[in-house]
Amino acid sequence: MSETSSAPPPAPRSGVPVWAQIIIWGALLALLTLVALGLRRTQQKPIQIGDSLPEFPLVFFEGYKLQDKTEVNLSSLKGKVVVINFWASWCKPCEQEAAELEAAWRFYEPGGQVVFIGVDYVDTEPEARGYLKKFEITYPNGPDLGTRISQMFRITGVPETYFVDKDGKLAYAQIGPFTTEAEIHAIVDPLIKK
Amino acid sequence: MKRNLWIFLAMTVLALAWFGRVNAQGPLPSDDQVNAVASQLFCPVCENTPLDVCPTQACAQWRELIRTKLSEGWTADQIKEYFSTQYGARVLSEPPRQGLNWLVYIVPPVLMLIGVYILFRALQSMRKPALVESEPEEAPAPDDYLRRVEEELKKRN
Repeated sequence: MSETSSAPPPAPRSGVPVWAQIIIWGALLALLTLVALGLRRTQQKPIQIGDSLPEFPLVFFEGYKLQDKTEVNLSSLKGKVVVINFWASWCKPCEQEAAELEAAWRFYEPGGQVVFIGVDYVDTEPEARGYLKKFEITYPNGPDLGTRISQMFRITGVPETYFVDKDGKLAYAQIGPFTTEAEIHAIVDPLIKK
Repeated sequence: MKRNLWIFLAMTVLALAWFGRVNAQGPLPSDDQVNAVASQLFCPVCENTPLDVCPTQACAQWRELIRTKLSEGWTADQIKEYFSTQYGARVLSEPPRQGLNWLVYIVPPVLMLIGVYILFRALQSMRKPALVESEPEEAPAPDDYLRRVEEELKKRN
């Protein structure tokens, strides 16, 4: 006895080939990883007290020098207390503390144990020079090219001042302007004595 | 004496012509020309604010900087490059085509193509399968056994 009916042939499998699926999922995973890394970076908090500060070179404006050099690396200042001030000529609060910072610098400079450095944040050079001239600032200042330094410190605005101890670690962060020179002394003096 | 005076006057005129010449300055770039470049940049401080519409003092300074650069003969590309060097690539309205930034230009069109392909396949699968024309069914060949059974039944009836 033979069977007249026969099962229909199986339909050919359709869909995205396996190799294409692997590539697509792999690319998607890589993209999500990049996005996650980028988001993680933006969520990072500012530098915390006790953190070692990142290394950065700063080229000074013409006319400014530190130890006869026209640029500075933070690592070369170990053993000294370093005061790093972020400012801009368009920043009104920065003007409030400019005189206090300069006065404090002139007080500490002869001792050689404290270094003041100004970092000009997203500014135009003519206006920056005008600001430095207006407030007769003598401690070395330089532009934050490409905002690399401010991104390393993850500053949230200007003015911000960071105090680095002799071991190169962040000892204090001042967000906003100083109102008196005494406030600066209150932070720096203990760091000198350590 | 008169001759010396004429010589003196001639030399004075020549000297003034040499040292006093003033190069005719071109007209300062107009606000439209400045904004044409500024619109391709973002304010370095205010987030997501194009430089041509940013109202802050700092932005006004940057627009004046653009005006100065234009008057010095800088091109828009040179000015954008300068701003990028000074303030970082984030001030550019268009990410520079280098490094991982290429993903910004490649990924969206690729994703779009993948989406179109998926949509096409989905639409294709939703169509009813076309009827396959088949030959008219023939009567099944009489089973020989059945034929003999039916003959026997007829004989008995």
